[in-house]
Amino acid sequence: MSAADVVVIGGGIVGTAATLFLQRRGLSVILLERGLIGQQASGVSFANVRRHTRPLHQLPLAQRSYDSWMRLSSLIGDTCEFRQVGNLAVTYGNAQLEHWEQYVRAARDYGLELEILDPLRLRTRFPYLSKNIAAGLFSPKDGHANPRLLVPAISRAAEREGARIVLNAEVTSIDRNADRFDVAVGGHAEYRAPIVLIAAGAWAGKFVAALDGPVPLFASGPQLGVTEPLPYRIGPTISVFADRVPERIYLRQVERGNIVFGGGDRGPASTETNRASVLPTNTLGQITQLQRLVPALSTANVIRVWSGIEGYLPDALPVMGASSRVRGLYYAFGFSGSGFQLGLGVGDVLSELICTGHTDVPLCQYDIRRFQPATPKSAPGSTRPS
Amino acid sequence: MAGPRIVVVGAGPAGVRAAERLVESGLKPIVFDEACSCGGQIYRRQPGSFTRSYAELYGADADRAKSIHAAFDRILPSVDYRPNTTVWNISGNELFTAADRQGRVVEFDAAILATGATDRMAPVRGWTLPGVYSLGGAQIALKAQACGIGSKIALLGTGPLLYLVACQYSKAGIDVQAVLDTAPLPAQLLATRQLLAKPGLLMRGVHLRLRLMSKGIPVHNGVRSPEIVGPERVTGVRWRGADGTSESVDADAVALGFHVRSEAQLADLAGCPFSFDEQMRQWRPDCDATGRTPRPGIYLAGDCIRILGGHAAEIAGRLAAISAMADHGIVTAAREAAVLTRRLRSYQRFQKALTNAFPWPEAEIRKLPDDVIVCRCEAITAGELRKAAVVMGAAELNRAKAFSRVGMGRCQGRYCASAAAQILSDARNLPLEAVGRIRTQAPVKPLTIALERVES
Repeated sequence: MSAADVVVIGGGIVGTAATLFLQRRGLSVILLERGLIGQQASGVSFANVRRHTRPLHQLPLAQRSYDSWMRLSSLIGDTCEFRQVGNLAVTYGNAQLEHWEQYVRAARDYGLELEILDPLRLRTRFPYLSKNIAAGLFSPKDGHANPRLLVPAISRAAEREGARIVLNAEVTSIDRNADRFDVAVGGHAEYRAPIVLIAAGAWAGKFVAALDGPVPLFASGPQLGVTEPLPYRIGPTISVFADRVPERIYLRQVERGNIVFGGGDRGPASTETNRASVLPTNTLGQITQLQRLVPALSTANVIRVWSGIEGYLPDALPVMGASSRVRGLYYAFGFSGSGFQLGLGVGDVLSELICTGHTDVPLCQYDIRRFQPATPKSAPGSTRPS
Repeated sequence: MAGPRIVVVGAGPAGVRAAERLVESGLKPIVFDEACSCGGQIYRRQPGSFTRSYAELYGADADRAKSIHAAFDRILPSVDYRPNTTVWNISGNELFTAADRQGRVVEFDAAILATGATDRMAPVRGWTLPGVYSLGGAQIALKAQACGIGSKIALLGTGPLLYLVACQYSKAGIDVQAVLDTAPLPAQLLATRQLLAKPGLLMRGVHLRLRLMSKGIPVHNGVRSPEIVGPERVTGVRWRGADGTSESVDADAVALGFHVRSEAQLADLAGCPFSFDEQMRQWRPDCDATGRTPRPGIYLAGDCIRILGGHAAEIAGRLAAISAMADHGIVTAAREAAVLTRRLRSYQRFQKALTNAFPWPEAEIRKLPDDVIVCRCEAITAGELRKAAVVMGAAELNRAKAFSRVGMGRCQGRYCASAAAQILSDARNLPLEAVGRIRTQAPVKPLTIALERVES
């Protein structure tokens, strides 16, 4: 039996970041990862480092995360291809414009400076965009990073701070006994800690159900693809905002020249089979929209598509914070496809919450109680997920 | 008749014979062909305006080639032939095709995948220089374009194709400077007895060698540490002989290849399980002796399962067609299948002997210097791959790909994955099979963004 102050379950961006920040605050952490670090949703993410167009209530968390992004090199000893090339939301019609104008004013109160671009300025600054783009919302300090490198780099930084990272350790049960949790891997109770953080993404559901009651978490797969390398021209990450889901595509160009894209309908994903697939019809829909957004892309080729297993909640917001029923139990999962930028901030804020019992970043929107009946039943004790 | 919808992917020897067998039973299959006309890589047809004879083009294979082409021409009215068409994805019981800029979705009840093979490449220093071609590419230049890759060439690698292409180039009047085979001569002599499983094919190999000798073309066996040299383009090849002496030859082009490897991406996308073939030292899709895979509705034929060559592919094509039809209640040609299966088996024995005679150069790849490029598409060196393995902790090929970009480019690992697996297994001190294989991701070949979906 190994003991620590905190056991973190899940080695994605949230779990590794929380481990890093907890260690830095002086707590000892054991991170249990069922496979390899950053192998699931975090590692295959579109890797959008985006603050704007998030719900306003999420901006304090996104800003907190932004602070970590800005000092990534000193924090984890690697920049992981993080480029502050800006982040541009665009629309084909003007329907969004009024909403965006309000958003820009409101975001300023959170310290986020944004810019609305009319068609003329869009064409001057981003001449490759379709002439049919009617408006843009630009966040100059955001950008994108390399998801395959980031999470392992955070994990290595956490290890340097003294964390113990255990790979291929599938947690089979979490038992609450008196003032501590006994965490079993492969059927054997091997790890013990007074605090457990569940950051298991799409795999979190069974643990939460056993300890705190069910949450409507489901797995789904983003539909991503990449072109062959092209001359490096496209600066910012660009996303289309539209009413119709298939029109909502997004793209970014890496310095090597490849254009990474995603968006539209999601695909099937399963935590049982560990498979997530890209539906070919989705790829066909995406390339139509890519051409519409950047007409010059019609001469390019798609060389690869991929997906991953992401955890979604019906309101597209995560569950994050303390359990309402089980003392010492914390959550951060269900980021619903928009957790990449937040991950570092989530780890930072949760470590603060766990160590001090308080954080200034509002978390009430992410409380697990929004999925629980108003009158809680007697708290489930020690149960094992099937 | 409204029979089951059976489609054939590929129109090489396996695909043509599969389609032919389907037509014999009254079906009208759809045949997808990446090329503009049937024949596959081995019996690739020359453009319509070219007039070389079969004997000139295919040498000892002339009759085979003629027979395949004639068979397909004969059934053409009874098949829905779609040339110049890439099948870029397969999902459930739908194929996704791209032809020019038109994308189609084709539903099927049974798909016979006869997707053949490509060159198995191993990196050597200088292999990214202009003037280096794969053996298969060098052969396409001759067959389809009636031109050579250079005027003074060297051939480097191993496998039967090395000798065949050398003879074809020599016959075309191109100056063949040397044939450099990494396989040691004793291995080839030892395998001779097993190669007698197919005496005809063995004799053809011997004949190729004799022809090279009679033309005075030097053949070096047991070539070690080969390097393609030239500051800006190929000027020659340097190597160490079996006895360690340093040798070199001048050349303005090099044909490089280490036998061939299965093109099984579609089988992977279709969900067929794969197993490691200890003999071939590569992964291959699971199927029974008649081409039936564990994935219902998917059948495999020919070199995409394992490299047995063109003759065996013809048998495998007919077998897969029979399996597909038997599973859909059209025929029960059990006797025919039994005969074909037996014939196929003798090729398997021959194949085993071939892989012994022309082994994959594991030791050469292991000692590849750090600065040599392994992945051409992404320009990833052996050193970067080793760093991903040792410093970043990648113990598996997909992980190494995620960290280093090896196999992430246009070819999706076709030309680097064999060597990358070797380097990774060496760096991590793991058996080759333990580092796995690159998971196939669509599209099988680059897909134009200008593709327009049209109804089939």
